Amino acid sequence: MRVTFPHMGTCSIALQALLENLGLDVVPPPPITGKTLAIGAQYSPECVCLPFKVNIGNYIEAAENGADTVIMAGGIGPCRFGYYAELQREILQDLGLNVNMLVLEPPLGMITEIWHKLSPLANGNSFAKVAEIFYFAWRLGKSLDHVEQTLNRLRAVEMLPGACDRIWNDTLRTVGKTRTFRELRESAQHIDWMIKTLPIRQQKPLKVGVVGEIYMLLEPKVNLEFEKRLGRMGIEVHRSLYLSDWVCEHLLPEPRAKLHARKVKRAAAPYLRGHVGGHGLETIGHSVLYANEGIDGIIQVLPLTCMPEIVAQSILPRISKDFSLPIMTLILDEHSGEAGLQTRLEAFVDMLHTRQAIATGVEHRAK
Amino acid sequence: MVTIGVPRALLYYIYFPMWQRFLTDLGCKVVLSPPTNERILNLGTQATVDEVCAPVKVAFGHVLDLADKVDYVFVPRLVSVEPRAYICPKLMGLPDMVKHSGNKMPELLSPDVDLSRGKMSIARALSEARHTLGKSVWPTLRAFYLSLGENHKVEQRLMSGLTPEEAFHGTAWRRTPGVRMKVAVLGHPYNVYDPVLSMSLIEQLRRSGVDVVTAEMLPQHKIDVGLQGLSKELFWTLSKKVLGAGLYFVKTPREVDGIIVLSSFGCGLESLIADLLERNARRSEFPFMHLIGDEHSGEAGVVTRVEAFIDMVKGRSEHASNISSHGNLQHRPTSTT
Ligand code: SF4
Ligand code: SF4
Repeated sequence: MRVTFPHMGTCSIALQALLENLGLDVVPPPPITGKTLAIGAQYSPECVCLPFKVNIGNYIEAAENGADTVIMAGGIGPCRFGYYAELQREILQDLGLNVNMLVLEPPLGMITEIWHKLSPLANGNSFAKVAEIFYFAWRLGKSLDHVEQTLNRLRAVEMLPGACDRIWNDTLRTVGKTRTFRELRESAQHIDWMIKTLPIRQQKPLKVGVVGEIYMLLEPKVNLEFEKRLGRMGIEVHRSLYLSDWVCEHLLPEPRAKLHARKVKRAAAPYLRGHVGGHGLETIGHSVLYANEGIDGIIQVLPLTCMPEIVAQSILPRISKDFSLPIMTLILDEHSGEAGLQTRLEAFVDMLHTRQAIATGVEHRAK
Repeated sequence: MVTIGVPRALLYYIYFPMWQRFLTDLGCKVVLSPPTNERILNLGTQATVDEVCAPVKVAFGHVLDLADKVDYVFVPRLVSVEPRAYICPKLMGLPDMVKHSGNKMPELLSPDVDLSRGKMSIARALSEARHTLGKSVWPTLRAFYLSLGENHKVEQRLMSGLTPEEAFHGTAWRRTPGVRMKVAVLGHPYNVYDPVLSMSLIEQLRRSGVDVVTAEMLPQHKIDVGLQGLSKELFWTLSKKVLGAGLYFVKTPREVDGIIVLSSFGCGLESLIADLLERNARRSEFPFMHLIGDEHSGEAGVVTRVEAFIDMVKGRSEHASNISSHGNLQHRPTSTT
């Protein structure tokens, strides 16, 4: 069995660690490129959401490298994600690819249930060992989240352009490759040190909150690295969802996450009564929370035809008005180009600067 | 007397008899919006963001059409009508989308219908409706109880081949005699029966001497046959009907001669379900066509395509030889615009 999985930002790094630690033969899909998107779009239904298409591209490219089993998450609706795997299986089958799909259906709440579902993957490891391996993957994911979060803030004020990007690449190269707690601790410490000694400018940058569909937020290759672009324009980026949010929701519900979810739901309540699948409710809730925290602008990112985010998109103009807060919606698909994105981001950032200038009476000096 | 507007859109096509009975028994006057027309479509298109699917735009149009004529417009928040299945994320958000769309909107009567965790949750919806309308408990329960039977009453008429509109309002359609063939038209009811969104597909088929069967005209046990053997239970009520009926027809040859799926551009559910069905139809060489419409689709393009499809199906059944349906199947056009 040679297993592969779909890419989803840092999630795939943690997953790869998990599978390798279980002693499986892992064939990660090659990094996402334009070709991946093209292949995926070619073999997927036209109107399906972008993550589906990228998944298909990942599977096919991984199969070319010898993978014969895909590990994929399932779901119970109401959004499309929960039925992705069923159609993807048929697509692979119709393509004549000899690939087996292993779908992990939530809720994997009970430990025994996890064990039961994963025993084909456990590969002869003892229960305790498997639990430890899972915990390690979780810690690894958390560390990556933490670094990414920090860099998203610091990129706006780095003295040397590109310094944060370099730290991030180092993180992926070192932390991302660790397989034991000890390695993880050491490389994480090293990265921490790099971050602490990063020369930064003393100034207060504009803050932008990022909300939207989780895959688009997590996968930089597909969202055209818009967060880094914002950072380079001197914007401090606050993202609402990270990998750990996805894991909590789809695989292991965690009490602390539940608490946070309740807070978000309460913030959203005046605008949206209940959940609408995906992260539509979170998009609304986080936007309100950001607005209350005094953020300067919000960007919503979604793939074309994403149902929950379209609900949110329809409501965001009202929030924008109520809080007099600029909100921009970015809709991406496999044809989205970097140039167009860059122009839109620049226009948005310019507008934020102008607003600030008007509010404070101070001209903005270009970075 | 309180007047309640019911938009002739979305799940009206399934639940209208029940809603009507419930609201009238509670002492309200029910006003139904007219069948979708250009004006309503335009009203809806202007009031929504571009990305919203056409049926939701049409629903907005109906709400706006009713706005000045009634005290409340009935826009329930339909989350789920059966355990372990939902309607659609967009319909879960619809009342809030209406409320916050930035247009001047009427008061909504908007109970929360979420039966995903069991039938008893209807109590919450009833109490919400009751509070909005200022009614007391017993009349509400009574009205609800009486309304439950209404949908069964029209069922007979649906099974005899009438569309919901015909079954609800008692208009009948007369078959013209002649050589018949039968085609299944599958899709969400608010697409299939809406005169604008369906581009009068059913009319057109009937005019050309084709009998039409839809999922609503199929008894539940047949739909269940279709759903058997799915690798995973579907969690969308509307898709269960479409896919169940479709797979049933594919599995039961000679029940119909061909399948047409009618969906909206940008519909999340159909993007998966139509494709699943198409794959199954193609494997069994079953004549299949997928029409994707949006608010800009004209009737003209559809007419030609439907004619071509009928000719293909006719040729196939006349020769009973192996005229491959493949050419047509793989020619899935991307859009009818
Ligand atoms: S949340 Fe959006 S992108 Fe994700 S599966 Fe649902 S519709 Fe698709
Ligand atoms: S099921 Fe499809 S057509 Fe219906 S509201 Fe949802 S997205 Fe729109």
